Amino acid sequence: MGGLFVAGIVLFLIARWAFVPEGFGELGHYRTGALADNRVKKPVFAGRAACADCHTDEAGWLKGGPHKGVGCEACHGALGAHASGESDVKPVRPDPAKLCLVCHLPNVSKPATFKQIDPKDHMDGAGKCGECHDPHSPDKEPKKP
Amino acid sequence: MSTDRRQFLSAFGKLLILTPAAAAAWEYVEAGKAEEAPGYRTADHWWAMVIDIEKCIGCGNCVRACKTENDVPLEPEYFRTWVERYHVPEGVSEHPDVDSPNGGYDGFPEKYRPGDGAKSFFVPKICNHCASSPCVQVCPVGATFESPDGVVLVDKSYCLGCRYCVQACPYGCRYIDPRTETVDKCTFCYHRITKGLTTACCETCPTGARQLGDLKNPKDPIHEFLRTHKVQVLKPQMATGSKTWYSGLDGSVR
Repeated sequence: MGGLFVAGIVLFLIARWAFVPEGFGELGHYRTGALADNRVKKPVFAGRAACADCHTDEAGWLKGGPHKGVGCEACHGALGAHASGESDVKPVRPDPAKLCLVCHLPNVSKPATFKQIDPKDHMDGAGKCGECHDPHSPDKEPKKP
Repeated sequence: MSTDRRQFLSAFGKLLILTPAAAAAWEYVEAGKAEEAPGYRTADHWWAMVIDIEKCIGCGNCVRACKTENDVPLEPEYFRTWVERYHVPEGVSEHPDVDSPNGGYDGFPEKYRPGDGAKSFFVPKICNHCASSPCVQVCPVGATFESPDGVVLVDKSYCLGCRYCVQACPYGCRYIDPRTETVDKCTFCYHRITKGLTTACCETCPTGARQLGDLKNPKDPIHEFLRTHKVQVLKPQMATGSKTWYSGLDGSVR
């Protein structure tokens, strides 16, 4: 009877050793290695600081203007691979006629204080934002057509 | 030693703009060994997010950036973050009209008219990274957990795909990845924030409606925000210890 009991305990310890992964329970009820696993991925968006590393002139373009808080990759696409130099991915050069409206098209649900322009009621519906406005400093006087 | 212009600008720019820790970490990112980046101690951080409803314009940049950054399936059932549009007729805050076409991925085509006697606004949603999270409590195998730096993470190599956590989350922030049959959710871009970067959604938000913050860093602007704004968490009655605070949150938001 006693032997059966000991055998049971031994079996339990073997099963426990076999099934509990390495590092489980060190910091809590989880595998410590999962923290490192969650860090493995490479950032797809480089972040505006990485852009300013090389593009020192461009980084100043938004300074002081209404778009100063907008990250480069908000308009130019994800550029982590470009920043780390591992691929020849180039920043997207979006068409202002479409890009501007992603944010500035009027919508009842938008905060009333946010600048909204209906292209139909502006410049006879020409819809060519970039011809007058500089997307980097849109507060400047519109360029003369 | 000769240094060309590109190397000089790169090194000088890093010194100037990135914090030294983030600059050191970026070297490892470039070398393809991001998980070995030094200078990050979990005990030194406690991550949280503030969301300013008054600033959200529903452009969907955050939703698109999140799916790109984290390889989230593009089908409209799978989101780590999404944006909801609320439309609350005057005086009936118990029954708001809520919609979220494709999670806000394609923006929000105008649906309501001005002056229709209702208020309308956007609410970005994301994992609340609760400090006493219901999803963690129900996991039968310890595959989801609160990290020492306050982020609710998933151990994908250990997840059974049993879906208990999907049901337990009061905010609907989890989904089962159809490719792996394991659970997936927002990680506050753990692979980014541990390298000194902010989350993809905060990086691309054009109005600053979202801000990731480190509550253990006394210089983080999140402290100033929490001091100067009236904030609320979602479903406070559930005592989840949510660390995603909303400013300007309407009582109709669920």
